[in-house]
Amino acid sequence: MTDVVWSEQGTTPDDIEAALRRLLARQHAENNDYVPARVLNMIAFVDRQWSGEIANRLGGVGRYNASRLLVLAYEPRRERLDARVAIATERRAPGELGLLRETIVVEIGDRHLDDLLTIADPLVVTDMPTLLWSPHGHPEALDALLPLAQAVLVDSVDEAVWREAIDRACALSREAYVVDLAWLRSTPWRERIAAIFDPPHRRRELGAIAKVAVRHHPASTVAGMLLIGWLAARLQWDVEPLLGHGEALIGKARARRQDVALRLQAAPEQQVRGLAGLSLEVSSGRRLSLDRGPGGLQAHASDRGAERSWTLLGASRGEQGILGEGIRQALLRDPTYVPALEAAQAMLP
Amino acid sequence: MAVVATGRSGGAGSALERAPENPLTAGLERLPVPPTTLVIFGATGDLARRKLLPALYNLAHDGALPERFHLVGVARRERAHEDYRAECEQAIRRFSRREPDPDVLAGLLEQVKYVSGRFDEESVYERLAQVLDSFDERAGEPLNRAFYLSTAPDFFATIVGHLGDCGLSRRAEAEVRVIIEKPFGTTLEEAHALNRRVLSVFSEAQVFRIDHYLGKETVQNMLAFRFANGMFEPLWNRNYIDSVQITAAEDIGIGTRAGYYDEAGALRDLIQNHMLQLLCHVAMEPPVNFTAEEVRNEKVKVLDAIPEPTPEEIPGMAMRAQYSSGHSGGEDVPGYTEEEGVAEGSRTETFAALRLEVDNWRWAGVPFYVRTGKRLARKITEIAVTLKPVPHLAFSQDGSLGVRPNQLVLTVQPNEGVSLQLGAKIPGTRMVIRPVNMEFLYGAAFMSQSPEAYERLITDAMRGDATLFTRNDEVEAQWRICDPIVQAWAADPGPLPLYEAGSQGPEEVGALLRRGDHWRAI
Repeated sequence: MTDVVWSEQGTTPDDIEAALRRLLARQHAENNDYVPARVLNMIAFVDRQWSGEIANRLGGVGRYNASRLLVLAYEPRRERLDARVAIATERRAPGELGLLRETIVVEIGDRHLDDLLTIADPLVVTDMPTLLWSPHGHPEALDALLPLAQAVLVDSVDEAVWREAIDRACALSREAYVVDLAWLRSTPWRERIAAIFDPPHRRRELGAIAKVAVRHHPASTVAGMLLIGWLAARLQWDVEPLLGHGEALIGKARARRQDVALRLQAAPEQQVRGLAGLSLEVSSGRRLSLDRGPGGLQAHASDRGAERSWTLLGASRGEQGILGEGIRQALLRDPTYVPALEAAQAMLP
Repeated sequence: MAVVATGRSGGAGSALERAPENPLTAGLERLPVPPTTLVIFGATGDLARRKLLPALYNLAHDGALPERFHLVGVARRERAHEDYRAECEQAIRRFSRREPDPDVLAGLLEQVKYVSGRFDEESVYERLAQVLDSFDERAGEPLNRAFYLSTAPDFFATIVGHLGDCGLSRRAEAEVRVIIEKPFGTTLEEAHALNRRVLSVFSEAQVFRIDHYLGKETVQNMLAFRFANGMFEPLWNRNYIDSVQITAAEDIGIGTRAGYYDEAGALRDLIQNHMLQLLCHVAMEPPVNFTAEEVRNEKVKVLDAIPEPTPEEIPGMAMRAQYSSGHSGGEDVPGYTEEEGVAEGSRTETFAALRLEVDNWRWAGVPFYVRTGKRLARKITEIAVTLKPVPHLAFSQDGSLGVRPNQLVLTVQPNEGVSLQLGAKIPGTRMVIRPVNMEFLYGAAFMSQSPEAYERLITDAMRGDATLFTRNDEVEAQWRICDPIVQAWAADPGPLPLYEAGSQGPEEVGALLRRGDHWRAI
């Protein structure tokens, strides 16, 4: 089955919505082996000139695509509202029903910015959660559309000024559930750290962590801050602002039994965004490090002269995988992000 | 502070020790799996190649294996570690649900060891112990051990016995678990004997009896459907439900499984385990919580409430048949006895149906119809719950299909979903009613791909979570229901009813139904 398309220049949201209903009815009449997916609305506010790049990024997320995607493609001097609607079919295994996913692209200009809510509202499916994404900035547009959304997708490492990224995410988290791709990139790290300290005889060491050093891509300071923020929030450390120390940020946190020395260091050799490595030391002297490597994280432990290295297997999800995960997370709720974010904010230099 | 099991299995089972909670696991979708060495007995067999190795690879790909993980294959034929690794790689490349990442695959295979020998040779277990100890030494701590018995069932008792004799069933400071594939016995007596043997070596908490149906997301969804939605539970009893019909139909024949299937038959292959498990999910009481013990306690209560059929009752509550040649998928297909590998004149049933009663307060008088078969019209697994008709009809039924009792259908495969059949007015000037369907499809409402059942089950076993595994009393209760039927059929020299391949099954199956009931179309 091929995708069906409708387009119109100088249109209105009501016309777009009516066209969409007609397309769905026609699709169903032609072949009732397909049903509309009803999982998630996603509103993407993008610069029109970069909308192709966004389409490519979303095209790579496969089954994690929102069931209805509304792209508001912004072009400053545009006067007219143009729209294009496409219904794509997703074939499943033989014998299984296929799914229909709807994409609506509405081209808008400055004169429409005050009416974003009334343009978008009729085009999202009622009673289905809505995820809002504004990958090219435009915080005003994002704020204007917030009443429609239950979740907001951000990538804190995309912000030009990383301190502002943390403040912005904190502010957004008071309005909606924030899915931060910078946070999701650290999931394997958090899972592995949790696993290493999970055996009962290791859990006691969590209270004895004395040093934490995080290495990160030079543009991913936020990722490092969030990871340390996560440890601080989960382990109930009191944190204070970090201080610049050459290329690093250093500081300390107060744990129940001792101070924890903190260090955040850029790793210029790291090619991809996110974390590069982590070292932890407990007061007994046992040291553990995790470093990004081929096929997973490379672990190294040293304890009273004994050295051990091993690999924690796991494939990189790539940026498309991270974006797909971000969309999926809009349907879940991670209670640990906001406390980590707030701890990171408290550590801002 | 929380109480956690800590792997002190050196004595008679695990002791409990107080340990602080791990605050780092909050919010994580994947809970940590303790460092483990997994030993697969029957490491070169079909199940290992098609299911277990690909599942392990996919867990590795997702970062879901323990932070320290080793795999040891044990099988009869002599081969070097490298040769076994190459076989593993081949199997993973062929059967994995995703294209392997070369680095992850290499990392997984790097640690794989192979131990050759017959399962009844003590030296196999001595060499295995050396390999396991070497992994522990390298890790600097004892790793948990999980023995996966993926062999022919005849070897289960032998392997378990040797594991005990060689001191491999316990390990100080670590957990030792044994995962046992189906079939768990082929009769009640065998299941009982095997349980006795297994439990003379391992404690029940160490034993994980696989029924891979329980690892399917769809089956687990049934519990969510029943116990997370307030609208169904008030109706879920004999006052509102008229009958329950559970169908597991396949359109394919026996394929390459003739050796196994001709010995087992449809009743042992599907009803004794998977379908009775589905029935338990439909009929069980809400558990207090979803811990393994509570869930399994409730399932056992359902099985205990199903009376053991007497020889006199069996002809009226159980029937079997075998497929003859016919047409399937637009092609001519052979009859069962013409399939390759099937014994000449075989009387193995390829279709079995039962009418069961669950004699308890909730279900007394509600028939549970269960049927399964091969080479039927199409592949479907579903549970159809038919509600009682409304007490009085004020509408005319003339000129329409009429008002029918509501039917709730839970489809397990291929299109997992829930369908509710309702009566609705046909548009027009007259008040005429016909049945319509309200459909919900899981695929249309979720983005995630369900993990393979074996990925979930292997992880759960390594974590020590037995919720999706069958307990000893559960297995025996299932056999208690099926064994008299197996015996009666074995003793019955009469002709076996035949059904045409590609059909709805044998006509004789209608005799099991209560007056007024009918089988749903397959």
